[in-house]
Amino acid sequence: MTAALRVVVAVKYVPDIQSARAFEDRRLVRTSDDGTLNELDENAVEAALRLVEALPEDAREGSEVVVVTVGPPDAEAALRKAYQLGADRAVHVVDDALAGSDYHGTAVALAAAVQRLHDERPVDLVLTGMAALDGLGSVVPTLAASWLGWPAVGLVTEFELGDESVSATRELDGVTETVTIPRPAVVSVTDHANDPRFPNFKLIMAARTKPVDTWSLADLEETLERFAEDSGLPLPGVGGEGARARTTRAEPRPPRPETEVVTDKGEGGLALAEFLIRHELV
Amino acid sequence: MTSSRRTVLVHLDTPATELSSSALELLTIARSLGRVEAVALASPSLTTLAQLGAYGVELVRQAEVSDDLGPDAAHSTALVAEALARAADASGAAVVLLASTFPNKESAARLAFLTGAGLVIDAAAVAWAEDDGPSHARLVASKRVLAGSWDTSCEIVTDVAVLTVRANAVVPEPTEAAVETTVEGFAVVPSALAKAGVPTSREVHTVDHGDGPARPALAEAAVVVAGGRGTFGDFTPVEDLADALGAAVGATRDCVDEGWIGHDAQIGQTGVTVAPRVYIGAGISGAPHHRGGMQASQVIVAVNNDPDCPLFEISDLAVVGDLHEVLPQAAERIRAHRDGAA
Repeated sequence: MTAALRVVVAVKYVPDIQSARAFEDRRLVRTSDDGTLNELDENAVEAALRLVEALPEDAREGSEVVVVTVGPPDAEAALRKAYQLGADRAVHVVDDALAGSDYHGTAVALAAAVQRLHDERPVDLVLTGMAALDGLGSVVPTLAASWLGWPAVGLVTEFELGDESVSATRELDGVTETVTIPRPAVVSVTDHANDPRFPNFKLIMAARTKPVDTWSLADLEETLERFAEDSGLPLPGVGGEGARARTTRAEPRPPRPETEVVTDKGEGGLALAEFLIRHELV
Repeated sequence: MTSSRRTVLVHLDTPATELSSSALELLTIARSLGRVEAVALASPSLTTLAQLGAYGVELVRQAEVSDDLGPDAAHSTALVAEALARAADASGAAVVLLASTFPNKESAARLAFLTGAGLVIDAAAVAWAEDDGPSHARLVASKRVLAGSWDTSCEIVTDVAVLTVRANAVVPEPTEAAVETTVEGFAVVPSALAKAGVPTSREVHTVDHGDGPARPALAEAAVVVAGGRGTFGDFTPVEDLADALGAAVGATRDCVDEGWIGHDAQIGQTGVTVAPRVYIGAGISGAPHHRGGMQASQVIVAVNNDPDCPLFEISDLAVVGDLHEVLPQAAERIRAHRDGAA
C-alpha cells in the first residue's frame, strides 16, 4: 500500500476487569471510577497506527486514524486513551436515548457514525478488538458491517491490505483460516495480533486537550433513515425500550461454598482423587 | 399457537461426520422449546441421521447453494447466516439455536440482522415464559456474565429469536422413542458478501499427543485439566491426569506465549471459554484473564505450591502442594477406581 489510508477504530468504554463489576437497575455500571478503554481495543488501535506508519511519508501525511465510540458521557475517557496512543481524531456518539441499548441498537448507531465519516471522506478499513471484556458478545462488528453493507471478518491475527481488498488470517478453535474480502471492510483483531505500545509523555499531554467530536442521534438521523431505505429492513430501536432482547433480571451469584483446603504431605493426590470420586465426578 | 408447537431450528456444525456433544445439547434444549428442525450446509452422514432420529428430529433442511463455492463454502459465516434465514422463513421458525463458537457468533449476528431477530450470545438456559398465558409466551434466555459473578436473564421481544448456546449448558438427552429423519433440500442463492466470505485457505491443526487416547474438544469437554506457569513447561502430569479422567487439556496464556503448548489450548477471556462440570487448574495463579475463561465451571479444583494463590479463592478444593507430585498420584488413584468400577 502506498496511498493514504483512512482507518476507523471502533472502541468501547468498559469497567476494568479487576474492579468490582456490578449491575444496577439491570444495567452494567460504567463510571469514571473504574471505567477504561477496553483492553482488547488497544490491539485494534495499534494495528491501525502500524498500517499508517508503514506508509511512505507523503501518504502518511494524508492518512488518518479515527477512533469512534458509542457510550455514556464518561466514555470520552476511552477516546482520550486512544489519543494517548496516537489516534488523530475521535468521535463520541453520545445520547441519553442510547442508554440500555442491546447489540442491535449499539451496532446501528456505530454503523451510522462510520457511514457519516465515510460520506465525509472514504474510509478504507474499520478495525475493532475481538471482544469487549464486559459483554464478550463479539457481535457488534458484524452487525455494524451489515448496516454498512461491508464484509466483516473477526478474530484476525494477521492481515494485509490489497488495492481493493483485505486478506486476513484468523485462528479459530483448531483451525487457521485465510479470508480475502473486498474493502472497505470491518476486521476484528485478537490480542495476538500485536503488542500495543505505551503512550509517550508528549501524547499524554496533548491528549488532555485534543478536541473530541460529539454526535447525538439527531446528528445521525439522516444516515439512519438511509440505512432503513437501502436495506429494506426495520431499524432496530435504541435504548432499553428499543432493545429486541431486554434484560429482565441481573443478580450477583451466591458466594461459592467455603474452599476445602488440603496441604500435601504425601497424600495430596489421593485427596484430590477422593474428592472427585466422593462427588461422583469420575 | 401455543409455545410447544413453535418451530425451533438447530444449526448443525458438523453434519457430514457426526454431531458433537454441543449439537446434541442444542437438540435437547430445542426439544424443550417446541418442534425441532435441523439445518445443515452439507449432506448429513448416516451417523448424523441416526443421532437426529434418536433426538426426535423428523426433518433436516439441507442448504443447496446455487453456485459452486468449493469445499469450504460452509465456512463462510455470511453464507451460513443466509441459509439459516431462508430456512427460518420456510419453516416459520420462532427460535434459531447455534453452538457458541466464534464463527457461529458471526453467523448469528448476520442472521439476526437479516431477520430482525433479538439476539442472545452465550445463553446457558432458554425457556418460554408464559406469565400471560401460552398465547403470549416470550422467550427468556439466561446467562452467566462478568467472569461468572452475575446471572442475567433477558426476554426476546421479536417474533424470531436467535441464540448461541454455550457448551455444557445441559446434559444431552435422547428422546424416549426415536423417529425417522428425512432430509429436505432448499435453495440458497448466496449474496456477494456470502461468496466473499468463503475462506481462500483453511488448515485444520492436528494435535499430536503420541499414543495417548483421543481427548475431547476443550470448549465442549465435561472435565478440563489445565496447567500454568507452575508446570515449568512440562505438561506430562497435566496430560496424564487428563487422560485418566477422559478430560481435555488447557493452559494459561503464559504457557502459550512461552511456546510450551499450542494456542488452541489457551483458556481465558481471549482464548477458549470453558464451563465444564469439573475444572482442575495446576500451577495456575489465577490471573483475571484466565479466571474470566473458566470461572463458570461447576466444580473448581486448584493445585499450587503457593497457599496464597488467587485461584484458591474461587476453588471448591485447594491442594497446596507440588503438581508434579500431586497430579500423578491423583491419576493413579483415579485409574484404580475406574478399573475397580469396570
